[in-house]
Amino acid sequence: MLQDILVTGLVNGSTYALLAIGFSLIFGVARIVNVAHTAFYMVAAYCLYTLLVQGGLGVPLSGALAVVSVTLLSVICYRLVIEPVRQHEAAVLIATIALALIFQETVLRIFGGSYLGVPSAIDGVAHLFGIAVPKQRLLILIVAGAMLAGTWVLLYRTRFGLAVRATANDLEVANLMGMNVNRVAMATVGISVALAAVAGVSVAPVFVVDPFMWLAPLVTVLSTVVIGGLGSIHGSVIGAMIIGYVEAITVFALPQGAFLKGAVALSMMVIVLLVRPEGLFGVAFEEER
Amino acid sequence: MARHFLIAAAGMLAAAPAAFAQGTIKIAVVGPMAFVQGENHWAGAEMARDEINKAGGISVGGKKRNIELVRVDSNEIQSVPDATNAMERAITREKADFVIGGFRSEAVLAMQEVAMDNKKIFLGCGAADAKLGANVEKNYERYKYWFRVSPLNSPDLGRTLFAVLGSIAGQVRADMKKETPKVAILAEKVIWTEAIVKAAHDNLPKMKMEVVGLWQPSPTATDVTAELAAIDRAGADMVFTALSGPVGIVVARQMAERKMHAVAFGINVEAQKDGFWEATAGKGNYVATLDTYGEVEMTPLMIPFVRAFKERFHKSPTYNAATYDAINLLKTVIEKAGTTDANKLVPVLEQTQSVGTGGQLEFTKSHDPVWGIGKTTGIAVQWQNGRKVPFWPPQVKGMQKFGFPGQT
Repeated sequence: MLQDILVTGLVNGSTYALLAIGFSLIFGVARIVNVAHTAFYMVAAYCLYTLLVQGGLGVPLSGALAVVSVTLLSVICYRLVIEPVRQHEAAVLIATIALALIFQETVLRIFGGSYLGVPSAIDGVAHLFGIAVPKQRLLILIVAGAMLAGTWVLLYRTRFGLAVRATANDLEVANLMGMNVNRVAMATVGISVALAAVAGVSVAPVFVVDPFMWLAPLVTVLSTVVIGGLGSIHGSVIGAMIIGYVEAITVFALPQGAFLKGAVALSMMVIVLLVRPEGLFGVAFEEER
Repeated sequence: MARHFLIAAAGMLAAAPAAFAQGTIKIAVVGPMAFVQGENHWAGAEMARDEINKAGGISVGGKKRNIELVRVDSNEIQSVPDATNAMERAITREKADFVIGGFRSEAVLAMQEVAMDNKKIFLGCGAADAKLGANVEKNYERYKYWFRVSPLNSPDLGRTLFAVLGSIAGQVRADMKKETPKVAILAEKVIWTEAIVKAAHDNLPKMKMEVVGLWQPSPTATDVTAELAAIDRAGADMVFTALSGPVGIVVARQMAERKMHAVAFGINVEAQKDGFWEATAGKGNYVATLDTYGEVEMTPLMIPFVRAFKERFHKSPTYNAATYDAINLLKTVIEKAGTTDANKLVPVLEQTQSVGTGGQLEFTKSHDPVWGIGKTTGIAVQWQNGRKVPFWPPQVKGMQKFGFPGQT
């Protein structure tokens, strides 16, 4: 049972991490709580479905086009919806909720409420420590790792990353130093949503594609980033792994309570908030900045 | 003069819809219209309406009246309050004479209250929770207007399930030489599965099957790898499912991806739909479920209905399309009673036996369909290479063989 928990927790945690990185990045840098983050992930899954299943374009091209389209969509949404109210955090929150609902209803009207499936990029099962793991899930693990590494390189090894961190550290000073803070924020939104789109494209073959698929991950992502420390990238990854393992332990130790795995994960969040309100890595992130 | 004529004409035009409405019988079809369940509610109702109206309508005390359908989107999959508002709207604003439909038990229980408050006959075509019928027995005067046309209530669904499971277990014993097959129960955590889970725990050991555990994911779970890994580890030969949500697709798909040797049978509402094969990306092979319709002779009406439905809507009907039977049942009882008065129709409905498309319709004291071979049991189907193959009850003409993973 221990091997089951180790492998299942790792694979599921990596899926959550893929979503949580982008959410955390956009908050850490631009102070935008983007509730529509997982809605972009849902739109990416639908784009992949349309291009791959209906359009027959093949996995690499469909995946790339889906990520690019959703990223462009996010930039347009940022300019039209988020930027005008960016100074008011509550307004941003409400605007992104509205965006998410618009995406949901639009997709519902176009595709209906039927559950759709996307073929796996790679079929078959690999064995890790004697546990059968579908290769598509291992691919998610690899993609999550690559995205995490890529984000770290972008933030800490490029001039753009320096601008992003400077803007996150002090928006006014960054502005006075001649940085175009709005452009930095817009680029961050684009990168963050691109990560969500990659997550959508990666998990669509293992999940069910439907207009409401953004709701459950949103709750998980919120708990993940709160546990890890809102705004901390590596905190999000660790938070995601904690959630992944807590869920796996719940299911294996309490089979009849499998439906409680979400509630247990949320309880973890509450406990972390009570003990350490800034999250596990909240302070560390402040220092990083 | 011209002015008077215009006023009179305007008055006549204004009164015309009301006059027309008086000539029709208004039936509200309540369901989640953006989803397959609601689509089937509406499609079945449309077929019945068109057939009846084409034949001259329903004879009420010698006068022919056409059926007018009102499409009411309950949005019940997402919101129970939306469902009660929809029911309220159907009765008070649309002034429906009868209400049919409903899907999600939690929502139908709430809608039942609204219909009963208004003393409207509500023919259920989607929810299985036994409490809906138990209400009738507990407080007959209030709940007598509720009748369930489809599906069977959850305990009776359980009876069919165990009958089918017994026959599959027989095949496991013969093919795999296992005297006591191991069964994992995988039931989503919602109210309609409670009676089935309890019955499974009670009955399976009596049927010489070993229950290796109960797993209860959420109906909207997108991942059941942990559950399936645990089921695999428990050595289950069969996975007994009670799933109505999208988790049914996830279970099928992930069982195939893990190449599990266990075969899944039970209730998997998603597996009843034509879109299941595509939704599982072709990985739903050998998944079996209870169903209502197939091209088999459960009743003389089933094959003609299924074929006509497919021809018109280019898909197979699901059990929610029993709105077709509900409307035909209403026609029968209205013509028998010669009235649309709900209080006069209830005793007639209670005594009526009619041939439906899914079974012989006859009601118990709780206004549920009478269960039994030759009455209403439903059928069992299995996905085999992209086709839904009916395999139970075996004595019915058109049934085929149940298959196991690994067999060709």
